Amino acid sequence: MTAVEIAGAVRSGEHSAVEVVEEHLERIARRDGGVHAFLHLTADAALERAAQVDEAVAAGIDPGPLAGVPVALKDNLCTRGVPTTCASRILEGWRPPYDATVVSRLAAAGAVALGKTNLDEFAMGSSTENSAFGPTRNPHDPTRVPGGSSGGSAAAVAAGFAPLALGSDTGGSIRQPAALCGVVGAKPTYGLVSRYGLIAFASSLDQIGPFAETVADAALLLDVIAGHDPADSTSLPSAPPSARAGLDRGVEGLRVGLVTELTTAEGLDPQVVARTREAADALEAAGAKVDEVSVPAAVYGLSAYYLIAPAEASSNLARYDGVRYGLRAPGADITEMYVRTRTEGFGAEVKRRIMLGTYALSAGYYDAYYGKAQKVRTRILEDFDAAYQRFDALLGPTAPGGAFALGAKTTDPLTMYLNDVCTIPSNLAGHPAVSVPYGVDAGGLPLGVQVLAPALGETVMFQVAATLEASR
Amino acid sequence: MSGWETVIGLEVHTELRTETKLFCSCANRFGDEPNTNVCPVCLGLPGSLPVLNARAVDYAVRIGVALHCQVQPSIFHRKNYFYPDMPKDYQISQYDLPIDTDGWLELPGGKRVGIERAHLEEDTGKTTHVGGGGRIHDADHSLVDYNRAGVPLVEIVSRPDLRSADEARAYVDELRAILVATGASDGKMEEGSLRVDANVSVRPVGSTAFGTRCEVKNMNSLRSLGRAIDYEVARQVRLVEGGGEVVQETRHWNEAEGHTSSMRSKEEAFDYRYFPEPDLVPVVPDPAWVDGIRAALPAMPAELRRGVAHAAGMAPESDAVVTVVRLGLEPFVTATVAAGADAGLAVRRLANEVASEIGSLANLGPEQFVTLLRMESAGDLTTAQARTVLKDMLTGGGDPAGIAAAHGFEALGGDALEAALDEVVADNADAWARYVAGEDKLQGLFIGRLRGATAGKADLAAAAAILRARRAAGC
Amino acid sequence: MAGMAQRITTADVAHVARLARLAVTDEELERFTGQLAAVLDHAADIEALDLGGVPPTAHPLPLANVLREDVARPGLPREEALAAAPAVEDDRFRVPRILGEAP
Ligand SMILES: [Mg+2]
Ligand SMILES: [Zn+2]
Repeated sequence: MTAVEIAGAVRSGEHSAVEVVEEHLERIARRDGGVHAFLHLTADAALERAAQVDEAVAAGIDPGPLAGVPVALKDNLCTRGVPTTCASRILEGWRPPYDATVVSRLAAAGAVALGKTNLDEFAMGSSTENSAFGPTRNPHDPTRVPGGSSGGSAAAVAAGFAPLALGSDTGGSIRQPAALCGVVGAKPTYGLVSRYGLIAFASSLDQIGPFAETVADAALLLDVIAGHDPADSTSLPSAPPSARAGLDRGVEGLRVGLVTELTTAEGLDPQVVARTREAADALEAAGAKVDEVSVPAAVYGLSAYYLIAPAEASSNLARYDGVRYGLRAPGADITEMYVRTRTEGFGAEVKRRIMLGTYALSAGYYDAYYGKAQKVRTRILEDFDAAYQRFDALLGPTAPGGAFALGAKTTDPLTMYLNDVCTIPSNLAGHPAVSVPYGVDAGGLPLGVQVLAPALGETVMFQVAATLEASR
Repeated sequence: MSGWETVIGLEVHTELRTETKLFCSCANRFGDEPNTNVCPVCLGLPGSLPVLNARAVDYAVRIGVALHCQVQPSIFHRKNYFYPDMPKDYQISQYDLPIDTDGWLELPGGKRVGIERAHLEEDTGKTTHVGGGGRIHDADHSLVDYNRAGVPLVEIVSRPDLRSADEARAYVDELRAILVATGASDGKMEEGSLRVDANVSVRPVGSTAFGTRCEVKNMNSLRSLGRAIDYEVARQVRLVEGGGEVVQETRHWNEAEGHTSSMRSKEEAFDYRYFPEPDLVPVVPDPAWVDGIRAALPAMPAELRRGVAHAAGMAPESDAVVTVVRLGLEPFVTATVAAGADAGLAVRRLANEVASEIGSLANLGPEQFVTLLRMESAGDLTTAQARTVLKDMLTGGGDPAGIAAAHGFEALGGDALEAALDEVVADNADAWARYVAGEDKLQGLFIGRLRGATAGKADLAAAAAILRARRAAGC
Repeated sequence: MAGMAQRITTADVAHVARLARLAVTDEELERFTGQLAAVLDHAADIEALDLGGVPPTAHPLPLANVLREDVARPGLPREEALAAAPAVEDDRFRVPRILGEAP
């Protein structure tokens, strides 16, 4: 059952939320041992919450648009009293004293949180192998990665553990695992969804977004979590666009641009390009006007991203110092305590990015690296703006290929970073993008295509995504 | 230090008198139980985000306007360094685009001191050192209270325009008065709500190049600011005259031992890696709003001094005028002028008797004060009686006529005064002869004896006139 | 335009590790240096770009003046504030001795 169906059935009293939750918990108990999508399950709280939803329905109160729908939460979203680790030793056992805004909004909409899902430590990675608590496996093939960093959430939806999940996307961390797991994953416009309670990786790029099996479910979840939050200074004050508004509209007359730089990006599997072209053809067949378009500065996205994101991360992760929460390793003086805590608490990828970011910001290098990357960001925005003068939405591959084997890309960081080459430009621009499953590779593993839209273009973005989904 | 010129620039941090902290809604309150005014934001908990306090911006604009600064669009940066009193291990501050730039402040003597910038930033928590007599270096461990973490500060950076410890003190005194007048700060140095760091260098007189400067920290009163600067200047001159060189560094003022010492630890130099704070958006003050703030600001001390000085017929930089304005007593002068009473006398009384009992000011109403001045001017009370009455008014309240009556005060004048003088002259015939012969200074002796003989009731000014007249008449 | 930055050295990596309060073994130092150099080499494409006159984008949002009313609200109860701390003494966060004054 989709989330839309579950919510409908629960709200009408046709189905009990408790039953829905029990079914999903059962599936998790049966299969998550081989997938490891979850780091922490909140089964008792979920059943209790589901019972409340059922009581509300019985009392004639509408529990909300996600009534009784199980949701999995990436473990970088703060949940009051529930362990929140970012898949890092340094936060192991930490229970936040507050809920992230999205977590509160889900609860207010009648959703039922099942637990916290695995991720690359502090969302740094593209395979979920950088988790301090062991990797997540792709439900389609347990020898392969689910993508990352939101691999646990993507795998949870793909495995049927939850119809909906939340992830965060800093450089592709929702869309790339969605593609590799064969589910829908969207990164909203920067500022559309509150970041309050999302543990920061790179603040100017991070956005929370939905995972779902269907485009309509993803749109439903996004509409629940979107909207202004006074606790986040970067939250957009305007009324959010409706993700669901265009789902049934079709694409007749829409102008869709196939982005040259994304279909010719470094390291792309030709099968991915082939699926993207098929998607373009399908849109054309559905009445859209499709043309090639160039976003020239997009080719510099990867370089700019791997200076900006680590720079912000190096500062965001300074607070893990053993004083107020989390791990503390003993030290004779404060500096020794800091060094030992952080050296024991962080994994190699996190250390690498902290050092890279520290370097990019340090005296004498700021202009050459961080400063330059910010100017590239301006160029990318300008080039996207030019493209959106001519097109309503853009199209490209999501990931360079299908799910790869565990361990295949762990030795060389740069190889891993190249997974994000198609997704990064949207983060740098702050624009929305959604990955929709589109065909499979020769090994039968799912591939995804990406629909990109201008800022606050969620309505048209989901409109195109729904058409793609229907054309499969 | 002859041959050497002192060059000083000051960095003053002032806490703002907001209800809440700079980036969260926790109470901004001094002296509460440790860690009771904290939340996810000011504890730097993962996932928390800052939201800027509107009143803090308002105060920063007021300060900018009062210091004749440009109030401009500004952004926040992160200043990165590890220290346990800083919950996020970075400070949110303003860097290359501060809210206020390029202003000036006028010292009472008329000298203008340039203000380079004033910017908003967050305060740190408070660290207590346990063991080793509470000193950081000998401590066994330390304890951190984050109640102060995130309290709004404005840091005001002067240009290196100050030339002596006295001038530096006058600058801080004036700045404090301005900050209090704007309502932005309570100006309490002893509670740490006003903190001063001094950049000190020396150079040969006549030189226009700057010497190498040292930043001196940890002065917690105007007195220690002066002492620290004097010490540091002497140290630098001694060093350079001895053939050495001043090393640019931060030095710590030790109040108990009266010296500065290097704060350099064995660690590498700090590299703050400033970059724009991605969790906040720019502050772009609307010019109309800034103009509104400018229009609503009360008169600043320099302007008040000019007004008081004009009314009293004194110089604006005179001690009495400076004191009256510093203590906020100018409304009494205004009331005096409005009543047509003697403003000069008012300023003298305010700068002396009232200033020394300033803690009891609440007992003194402007109308009663003016009534007292009138009684003195009319000769109903002698100067000594007026002082006594004023003191009583301050300590216990009440109207001057009633207090004077209770003391049995009335000025001794006319025939009674003449009679009392006759007695004094008769008792000191020898001195009188010398006085008449031209020994002017003996007048004081007669006035003194007269004061004693009349228990302070004599109108001494009138008595002096009588003495001079009698001498002129040769009797 | 500024010239290309020099290739990152083990000394640079040791320096940033110190700034970031991380310890690295000699073996890690070599490995991290090589890995960071590879990423920075990739970034040589943007280092070579002439971006004179292009303003930096620190943030994709065109927002300004996001302000909060100065009204106090209760924060965390002290027990909750201190609950996750590795060491507490006298209702304060306890830390090992500090070797230098704050900068
Ligand atoms: Mg400062
Ligand atoms: Zn707070």
